[in-house]
Amino acid sequence: MDELKLYTYIAVFGTFALYFGIAWWARAGSTSDFYVAGGGITPFQNGMAIGADWMSAASFISMAGLIAFLGYGGSVFLMGWTGGYVLLAMLLAPYMRKHGKFTVPEFISDRYYSKTARIVAVICLIIASVTYVIGQMKGVGVAFSRFLEVDYDLGLVIGMVVVWVYAVLGGMKGITYTQIAQYCVMIFAYTIPAVFISLQLTGNPIPQLGLGSTLADGSGVYLLDKLDMVVTDLGFKEYTTANMGGTLNMFAYTMSLMIGTAGLPHVIMRFFTVPSVQAARQSAGYALVCIALLYTVAPAVGAMARFNLLNTIEPVAGQNLEYAERPQWFKDWEKTGLLKFEDKNSDGKVQYTADKATNEMVKVDRDIMVLANPAIANLPNWVIALVAAGGLAAALSTAAGLLLAISSSVSHDLMKGVFVPDMTEKNELLAGRVTMTVAILFAGYLGMNPPGFAAGTVALAFGLAASSIFPALMMGIFSRKMSGTAAVAGMIAGIGVTMLYVFQHKGVMFIPGTSFLGDMGPNWFFGISPNAFGSVGALVNFAVAFAMLKVTGPAPSEIQDMVDHMRVPGNVSAAHAH
Amino acid sequence: MENKETYWSENLRLIFICLAIWFAVSFGLGLLLVEPLNAIRLGGYKLGFWFAQQGSIYSFLVLIFWYGAKMNKLDKKYHAEG
Repeated sequence: MDELKLYTYIAVFGTFALYFGIAWWARAGSTSDFYVAGGGITPFQNGMAIGADWMSAASFISMAGLIAFLGYGGSVFLMGWTGGYVLLAMLLAPYMRKHGKFTVPEFISDRYYSKTARIVAVICLIIASVTYVIGQMKGVGVAFSRFLEVDYDLGLVIGMVVVWVYAVLGGMKGITYTQIAQYCVMIFAYTIPAVFISLQLTGNPIPQLGLGSTLADGSGVYLLDKLDMVVTDLGFKEYTTANMGGTLNMFAYTMSLMIGTAGLPHVIMRFFTVPSVQAARQSAGYALVCIALLYTVAPAVGAMARFNLLNTIEPVAGQNLEYAERPQWFKDWEKTGLLKFEDKNSDGKVQYTADKATNEMVKVDRDIMVLANPAIANLPNWVIALVAAGGLAAALSTAAGLLLAISSSVSHDLMKGVFVPDMTEKNELLAGRVTMTVAILFAGYLGMNPPGFAAGTVALAFGLAASSIFPALMMGIFSRKMSGTAAVAGMIAGIGVTMLYVFQHKGVMFIPGTSFLGDMGPNWFFGISPNAFGSVGALVNFAVAFAMLKVTGPAPSEIQDMVDHMRVPGNVSAAHAH
Repeated sequence: MENKETYWSENLRLIFICLAIWFAVSFGLGLLLVEPLNAIRLGGYKLGFWFAQQGSIYSFLVLIFWYGAKMNKLDKKYHAEG
């Protein structure tokens, strides 16, 4: 076994042992422990747990890669996935905490006095969460197969067992404390390579400052100016100004991600775990601190990875890398098929340009940027091992949070709330654990046999949250008169418009060939891409709900009193079931 | 509580101020006004680019904590802690 593999085994299995230890220490004894960790998590602990829950394999592995290749256009992810926390802190979290229930569908059913509303909310939640879980499971499989060279399926099974142990045993309590540990692993794994690389390139150890500094080669040229120059010379769009589909598209995309973030149930339910309304507001702040630590480093990681990649291939303009002398990481990633070279002009050298006819780097997968980054920068092996453990922590922590959201909506909202109202607490706890086991098996199965539409569904998850859940919750708090029928009509209209738009461009249920208006820019409504359409769906939701309110008349007075009660903190009791 | 209405309207005023800033730093400075702002430099950063990839996130952080502190004061004033 070589040194890198040994370090990787130590890092990965060492962190797993830590998660198991925490799970045993924090196992759940009651439904309150299982759903909301007994309501006793401090805001700072909750902030770290939300950070780990929120930052998935996509944030850890994919985002910096997207930014590396999109440049300025990648800003939609940075602003979109952080700005939602402002909305959560001011528009949703404190009032939903005051109301004091376990789940998002339960809140919707109380506020809109309707079991139909609850069932619609459960369906949105399950679709949004399942699509997410598949991505995490795939992330676990990929990380294992790349770093430990075990079979993809075996890696997936190991991941499933680990999540099962601590999620089923500990519920929200176990998950929260494990996520705190996972957050620490993840943030170290992300920032340490970034600090090293920033130091190498600019002499400044803080990546956020390094990105705005001059290069350490003595030329006195700013890193970003040099990067702009190099990419435009190769025919790519200028890094710091490259737009993504026009200003309106970027606007709609950012807005969709922001309100989608605020509407994702697995994030909202974390605010039910703190002891007071004040703590709920503070939690949102601490959560954003934890998230911002990674999200403000990501642009530096992206830009520096792109810079290093181009610099390796063409260190001096016109003097390209000899293919025979390519570095070890180049060979490693070629083996995975995520990096492909084709010597089109047979000169034995690597040419990487924007022109399809002469470009010889025929495949550079965006997802490899973060994972390959430490090797590209010649960092020591223990740093690479740490990145592997960090990627796994990101995928596992998000998977656990989502599985809890799914199991609580089935056991608490569907079984206890709608079908078996007289279930005892002990049976409900058992039902929660059984549901979670089934959900893990289902997610694992889908991870091994990913449906063809898996990639497209992430857009649908955000679209659903943005166009249905967020408007329903916000109107429930800020409009006392909003009636149940009007809100349900709004939700259905919002989802309907969003799904129709996604399907008409991406194919019905993402089956290729069934799209009735091709997936091409010119056919898009005002140039808005399907991924960005959730914000339009949300507008439709608000419009339909307020129009229907005129028809149905206002909500009953006891509901309006409930809303009044929700708006003012005072005498908050712990989260309870009734 | 007798002052529910004034508590709520003070809260709404704070939310309105915060969300106006939230919109201005991200959609305004980071997106709509990015081109003119890029003429100004912040070290190696073009200012519009900096707002889109760094500044907006720092502003969000300040906003959430400022709102939380203001609301804590409001809760005390109306005896609504809890």
